[in-house]
Amino acid sequence: MNLTLRIWRQQGPDTPGEMTVYQVSGISEDMSFLEMLDTLNEELILRGERPVAFDHDCREGICGACGMVINGQAHGPERTTTCQLHMRHFNDGDTIDVEPWRAGAFPVVRDLVVDRSALDRIIGSGGYITAPTGSAPEAHATAVPKEAADLAFEHAECIGCGACVAACPNGSAMLFTAAKVVHLNVLPQGAPERASRVRNMVGAMDAEGFGGCTNTGECATACPKGIPLTGIARLNREFLRS
Amino acid sequence: MPMASATRTNRVNRNPAPGRTPETPGPGRRPSKAAALWRSSVGKKAVMAVSGLVMLAYLVAHMLGNLKVFFGPDDLNGYAHWLRTIGEPVLHHGWFLWLARPVLLAAVVAHGVAAYQLSRRDLKARPQQYAHRRRQSTYATRTMRWGGVILGLFIVWHILDLTTLTVNPLAEEGHPYQNIVASFSTWYGGGIYCLAMLALGLHVRHGFWSAAQTLGVNNPRRDRALKLAANGLALLLTAGFLSVPVAVMAGLVR
Repeated sequence: MNLTLRIWRQQGPDTPGEMTVYQVSGISEDMSFLEMLDTLNEELILRGERPVAFDHDCREGICGACGMVINGQAHGPERTTTCQLHMRHFNDGDTIDVEPWRAGAFPVVRDLVVDRSALDRIIGSGGYITAPTGSAPEAHATAVPKEAADLAFEHAECIGCGACVAACPNGSAMLFTAAKVVHLNVLPQGAPERASRVRNMVGAMDAEGFGGCTNTGECATACPKGIPLTGIARLNREFLRS
Repeated sequence: MPMASATRTNRVNRNPAPGRTPETPGPGRRPSKAAALWRSSVGKKAVMAVSGLVMLAYLVAHMLGNLKVFFGPDDLNGYAHWLRTIGEPVLHHGWFLWLARPVLLAAVVAHGVAAYQLSRRDLKARPQQYAHRRRQSTYATRTMRWGGVILGLFIVWHILDLTTLTVNPLAEEGHPYQNIVASFSTWYGGGIYCLAMLALGLHVRHGFWSAAQTLGVNNPRRDRALKLAANGLALLLTAGFLSVPVAVMAGLVR
């Protein structure tokens, strides 16, 4: 496959950036999107140019490190992470636009790398259980209703990649915060800090400058882990009752 | 179930009055709590949801009242007169309307102020747009902000047109049926009204379901039903309101 790439290049946080055009050839349709960028970077290095910076780690779709907006869609046209997006979803001769996550709370570090520590600070404000748990407890010591366990697990799937923020027209982190709050608040272990957790995490989310939710549903459409939009309703309920 | 519900019950007992919205502060609630709610983005959305539902309930009653136009001048004018007698003799003539107006005004103002502040926050949260723009979400969702502004301006026009009669030169006080016909007989009177009602339908379509989402009433089982209810409500309201100017312009009501 031969492709034309228009990639956002930005030297550093305080320098202006622009979309830059590159041609890549000999791309296999079995390559992942990141392997395609690796191919481009090898050529750039051979030409003595600065390679395109992007975040990545496990490349198995489970760590949440990678992420870029491809043709205006977070993680591209398929519901998966960028590392698990394969080039077979594109056609020979396509022009592909690649941009970093855009949000005021996610400043660009370089090229496609953004600083997502705002999400870590939301977690730090309440996304945990304060009591030291020691070694793994006996599984039957605390009974968890099946429904609560399923709900917690569904929301615990969030890998914190930030696609929800990138996809949201308001740059809102509501789906992320909902996933983290619901995951703990529906479990008996999380119940003692239920009220303070949701208050503190929503407070931290607002303080980071994320936008509010206008229920467009773009976040849940982009989420590679399928966190449901109704999770946001549950977050709102938890917040209002606190 | 035992452990989970036990722990949860304990927590609820320690924090009485859960789930209150800022518009209904409980007795003994410190004012700082309401302020904290207003300051948070989620709390402000709850204010929007509650004020929106207040306006929506009013609109349903308003639309049903409007349909009396099809039963002739006596029916509608009689209804308009009856509205002023509600609560008598406890309330004086017309007091019920004057009690309802501040509530509606408060709802409009709270809705508008919250929308303005939330929109500013939302625009600031995405300082740089994507170079590759993609059409996002439904038409109703995308037009919420400007649709809301249009509806706000329409409310002003509508009051000047049919309440104070300022912009309705042929109108006479105390004859609502004749005033409605006079307003909708002009191209601008009918046109403005029809456009606003289409905007209203779109606004309610996204707004009703959003309110359910914001107030935490939505869940995966109810999602479909709530969306259907939002569409149904939007359609009924728009059709009901539109039927009057359309009937006037078609000469069915004169």
